[in-house]
Amino acid sequence: MTARTGVAGFLGRVTAMIVKEYIQLTRDRVTFATMIMIPLLQLVLFGYAINTTPRHLPTAVFSHENSDVSRAILAALRNTAFFSFVREAQSVEEAEHLVRAGEVLFFVEIPAGFERSLRRGDRPQILVAADATDPVGTGNALAALSGVVASALVRERFVGAIAEEAQGREATSQDAFEIVQHRRYNPAGTSQLNIVPGLLGTILTMTMLIFTALSVTREIERGTMESLLAMPIHPVEIMLGKIVPYVMVGILQAVLILGAGIILFAVPVEGSVAVLSAATLLFITANLSIGYTFSTLAQNQLQAVQMSFMFFLPSILLSGFMFPFSGMPQWAQWIGEGLPLTHYLRMVRGILLKGSGLSDLVRDGAALFGLMLLAMGIAVARFRQTLD
Amino acid sequence: MSERAAAPAGTGERSAADVAIAVEGLSKRFGANLVVDDLTMTVRRGQIYGFLGPNGSGKTTTIRMLCGLLTPDAGRGTCLGMDILTQGREIRAHVGYMTQRFSLYQDLSVKENLEFVARLYGVPKPEAAAQAALERLGLKGRGRQLAGELSGGWKQRLALGACILPGPDLLLLDEPTAGVDPQARREFWAQIHALAAEGLTVLVSTHYMDEAERCHEIAYIAYGRLLAQGTVANVIAASGLHTYTVDVKGEGPREASQRITDLSQKLSAALGVDMVAPFGTSLHISGRDAAALEAAIAPFRGEPHLVWRKDEPTLEDVFIDLMRGKDARR
Ligand SMILES: Nc1ncnc2c1ncn2[C@@H]1O[C@H](COP(=O)(O)OP(=O)(O)OP(=O)(O)O)[C@@H](O)[C@H]1O
Ligand SMILES: [Mg+2]
Repeated sequence: MTARTGVAGFLGRVTAMIVKEYIQLTRDRVTFATMIMIPLLQLVLFGYAINTTPRHLPTAVFSHENSDVSRAILAALRNTAFFSFVREAQSVEEAEHLVRAGEVLFFVEIPAGFERSLRRGDRPQILVAADATDPVGTGNALAALSGVVASALVRERFVGAIAEEAQGREATSQDAFEIVQHRRYNPAGTSQLNIVPGLLGTILTMTMLIFTALSVTREIERGTMESLLAMPIHPVEIMLGKIVPYVMVGILQAVLILGAGIILFAVPVEGSVAVLSAATLLFITANLSIGYTFSTLAQNQLQAVQMSFMFFLPSILLSGFMFPFSGMPQWAQWIGEGLPLTHYLRMVRGILLKGSGLSDLVRDGAALFGLMLLAMGIAVARFRQTLD
Repeated sequence: MSERAAAPAGTGERSAADVAIAVEGLSKRFGANLVVDDLTMTVRRGQIYGFLGPNGSGKTTTIRMLCGLLTPDAGRGTCLGMDILTQGREIRAHVGYMTQRFSLYQDLSVKENLEFVARLYGVPKPEAAAQAALERLGLKGRGRQLAGELSGGWKQRLALGACILPGPDLLLLDEPTAGVDPQARREFWAQIHALAAEGLTVLVSTHYMDEAERCHEIAYIAYGRLLAQGTVANVIAASGLHTYTVDVKGEGPREASQRITDLSQKLSAALGVDMVAPFGTSLHISGRDAAALEAAIAPFRGEPHLVWRKDEPTLEDVFIDLMRGKDARR
């Protein structure tokens, strides 16, 4: 008996591992079902939030004046079906309290002398404070706000008149006044289009990490590692054999999420599908490699799961999924640069929403590739080839 | 046990090609615990070499060091002519290691396990090889059964089959017959002997004395130290142990048991008696000093219903004595 050497031997051993892992994967029905269910379930949950175009959101008003203009604005807001005026607040404090207590989601404040300032061309401010803890719900309404007010003013013929009155000023309807939006509690105000790419990234991160994080520790705990190590197989071959089957799972999940995103939520695909696939494949492999690295570092499955979560949390918080990346302090941005999700989010948002091409994505792609190689390197170096 | 014809008799000089395992001064420490202590041994090619010793004596640890799964803290050696310290991977390609605890994949079927092994070792046509192995093992009808659902004895058969499948030159079997019924054990040993006849070397650890007697040579280790080595006859002769057997005759089972228990207690306390072991209605009495032993049993020789005869110590007597001796010296 001679173990085959060279490429044929390498491929043979990797294939042996892949087949074995694949059978084990399909035999574990519960895990397999969760792999498919997690992305679908998450999408339906988030999709519900996205899909429910918010209507009649409870709103409080505090108007310092009672003029034609203020009445016109309020009437217009009422007509948009987005807002429903539940309360007429008597003071700013009262209105703030209503928002805090969750009785209203919006609070519109029209300042004293609004009409007069408008006529003078001083660009008076309307304050709209929104409880943005539910960004999807409030986002649409806020986006609609400015247009509603502008058209209301035009309809009331204020703006046209004002534009003429304001000498030497290039006034447009939008310029005549200013809506100051305060998003409370969720500064990013993530919009629905951002959520599907974000969800794609986070779901893949979570599932991919966990699957490979368990793979080596499971062999150790079940006692099968002793046999495996006694066979003429190299750590690189074990690693590849354990990663490849899950790449398939990752692709399946990505297709499910993206497909649902496109069909249900009309997420655009501005860029090339090929580039998107390549970026996603790279991202999946990077996460699997990191999970596998945890698996070689952990003593048991519980530790491996804990490590995965230690990695998953910052991925959610510091990658730009939850908060805008550029708004984070420098140190947090540095951490973020070390997370695959950060780079993937930039790439996938770019491809889907902005139509970015390869040349725009080189930096993040290279970073992702680098992170993957780093993880694989650590995993192979740290893989314990003996039972010592 | 007779020497295999293929293995040259005589223990003079051995050419490298003749030696399957040769280790020198092998030591392994887990924390402060010295588990294998300065172990030196040689196993010739084609030999069935029994590895015996009490629980925790370091058998598994030694076997793991032989196939490179553990790194020795001291010592050196070769396995199939390859250095155990530097050529672990090459060694593993030619060694079949059957672990003490079942370590194939429980969630894979019997056939899938065999196919996995065949592919991993680069056996040509792995499916066919696995099928052939199934038939050879008498597991034909169970190919689709999950390995985890097999009974203990069948698991052992599968594990052995998986070890043999790639056609290794050396088998390291760690308690392969623990918990296996006598019939299956006999078949198992028949298979081991057939393999040895084909030129395979087998190192097998066991707690069964009858299995030790089926080996060409045995080694006995306790507390990590090699205490005896050689053929069974040599090991018994080298023990310097003298044994008497006394049978209780012509009494009912109750009285006989009573008598055996009494005698056992009295003799155990007597000077010159190192070991007393009851076997049904007879008693084994052993001692290292022949004269002292004679003197110790003399007072009981005249008792009624007792039939005394001089006997050979069994391997078990020798091992227990070795272990006690080691204990006393510790
Ligand atoms: N990985 C380990 N870490 C620490 N101690 C260990 C380890 N493996 C074995 N030991 C200790 O080494 C000693 C020898 O163990 P080993 O398994 O080699 O004994 P054995 O002769 O195979 O025993 P048995 O007949 O019960 O299988 C035991 O005391 C055991 O507790
Ligand atoms: Mg053992």
